[in-house]
Amino acid sequence: MSADNQLTRLQRDDLRTVAAMIVPASDAYKVPGADDPAIQADILATLGRDTKLVVAALDHLARLAGQPFAELDTAKRDAVAQEFRQHGGAAAATLVRVVLQCYYRDDRVLRSLGLEQRAPFPKGYVLPDGDWSLLDPVKARSGTLRRAP
Amino acid sequence: MKDPVDVLIIGAGASGAAMAWSLAETKMHILCLEQGGWMNPAEYPSTGRDWEAKFYGEWSSSPNIRGRPEDYPINDDNSPIKVVNYNAVGGSTVMYTAHWPRLHPSDFKVKTLDGVADDWPIDYDALTPFFEENDRMMGTSGLSGDPLSPLTHPPMPQQPMGLSGAIIGKAMNKLGWHWWPSDTTVATMDYEGRARCINLGHCTPACAQGAKSSTDITYWPHAVRAGVELRTHCRVREITTDESGMATGVVYYDKDGVEQFQPAHVVIIACNGVGTPRLLLNSKSNRFPNGLANSSGLVGKNLMFHPYAQIYGYLKEPTDSNRAPPTCLWSKEWYDTDLSRGFVRGYGVQFVRGAGPVFEAVVSEQKGILPWGKDHHRIFRKLNGHRLGFSAICEDLPEEHNQVTLDPVLKDSHGIPAPKINYTISENSRKMMEHALARGREVLEAAGATDICVNSPIPWGGWHLLGTARMGTDPERSVVNEWGRTHDVKNLFIVDGSIFVTSGGVNPTSTIQALALYIADQMKQRLANLFD
Repeated sequence: MSADNQLTRLQRDDLRTVAAMIVPASDAYKVPGADDPAIQADILATLGRDTKLVVAALDHLARLAGQPFAELDTAKRDAVAQEFRQHGGAAAATLVRVVLQCYYRDDRVLRSLGLEQRAPFPKGYVLPDGDWSLLDPVKARSGTLRRAP
Repeated sequence: MKDPVDVLIIGAGASGAAMAWSLAETKMHILCLEQGGWMNPAEYPSTGRDWEAKFYGEWSSSPNIRGRPEDYPINDDNSPIKVVNYNAVGGSTVMYTAHWPRLHPSDFKVKTLDGVADDWPIDYDALTPFFEENDRMMGTSGLSGDPLSPLTHPPMPQQPMGLSGAIIGKAMNKLGWHWWPSDTTVATMDYEGRARCINLGHCTPACAQGAKSSTDITYWPHAVRAGVELRTHCRVREITTDESGMATGVVYYDKDGVEQFQPAHVVIIACNGVGTPRLLLNSKSNRFPNGLANSSGLVGKNLMFHPYAQIYGYLKEPTDSNRAPPTCLWSKEWYDTDLSRGFVRGYGVQFVRGAGPVFEAVVSEQKGILPWGKDHHRIFRKLNGHRLGFSAICEDLPEEHNQVTLDPVLKDSHGIPAPKINYTISENSRKMMEHALARGREVLEAAGATDICVNSPIPWGGWHLLGTARMGTDPERSVVNEWGRTHDVKNLFIVDGSIFVTSGGVNPTSTIQALALYIADQMKQRLANLFD
């Protein structure tokens, strides 16, 4: 179920604002910020079991701000965000995690990282077999298994 | 009233599956009750784009986080190591790393060799044929001939070394330390209907390819074909006994939540080192007021976890990241006792290839090495795909105060009292962990790693649940005898990790299953006088 209607408009604004502080857009890396509409939509659509803690985190953020977090000026926002990150506990950690887990599955972000935009299954990946002659020194040293009486 | 079965097995995980398959040849009526259901690989995390996110929710290794109806809650507030498990056909073999070392011969004689804990009442040689049989059934891969490990004969070749393995091998060679390709239950070629590994990477929370061995795709199809009945979504509340002290069957809740009684001539518990003592302690009666099979008072005591000391760092060159099974190599360099290190016993090492992008971002942010703001992208690109890890599996010695009891308040979805864990890491284990971290740092530095981070213990690392119904010949100092029968109830057997006397310094599943097969064999040899 979409969590759109489980967050108030102010909470969604604050979520978008803090997400952009965690991961801002970058022209250099050709990536959107975590406040990108598609990423925000993914976050809201998949909050699921995390909704309660994310709402608690946003409430905490608003309390620290003393007003909607999104409406603070930059300096105050940075100070509040720092406090939130350091002392926000499990709720803050959950909020950060849901932002990152949606950000780092976005096609544009994965492309920038040089990663394929797909699930691991069914294609999988190829792994080099490696040079097993690296084991030769181990075999040469040998050693013995400890004996049991 | 249901008809009695000859053998009732509780739990369809690692040991229950092996036991069911082995006993099937007797043609007895064998029934297994499992609180979870059959798995559907099409729903496994690696089939979706949200594969990493699922590990934080419905595919968490913690039953407390998953919170599915099939899971039971565990109060582990009084433990620095949290219990992880999985409840389904296949049990925790559905969700494990597939790392497959065995206990060493010396692990069975700890008291004799090192003067601590107790010797097992059986030795390694007694289990050897069952290790071999189990390796064939589970389908192992590896390289025979490791000079510091028991000789194994994996039917499949070892996993590829990959980028990470080569880096580790070179670093270990530079330091002159032992390493070897791990035996694993990851199929490296098509094997017994299982497809070979294609490096999905996200092995631990179940393998969509079916390359990672779990008993739902290894033992169970054989056992069911041989006539074993497996009832899923059936949670056992208690084992009942009669006036002569023999087990008569179990009370369980069926898939509709209806209470049922299933009579049985033999009851076998295969519920792991937390689930088994929980069930025994929940099976109190006038005759067994302290819980079933608990005349020794040791049911639930001597819990051993294996504290994991993990250290990892980041290289300039790329590692395998999530694009390979997570573990590939082991080391036994520090496995045996060397008192000059300041502790007794030792630890095995499993090297870790890397991590996926979401995991990397989340963990590194929590560790404080991945910043918020404009530098986030630059730092993330240094970290992602460059991680290399060293995890020491430290031998946990048995201590009675490390214990599973019943929580006075917490209950599962059927109202059955939940387990409560009281556990502390011993001074010996702490010294061992410090030693391991120091050696791990040397390895990582030899590999050129920087930004080194530590998880010690790994908090969500309570995979190995051992020792809570220990094996022994003395009924006052053990719960089951040397062939798995409880001292107190002559038709009640325990076959899971709870019967371990000591823990060794390796992942225990191979040994748990070898023990189950050994006990099944002992039972088959004694069918005519099983209750004498």
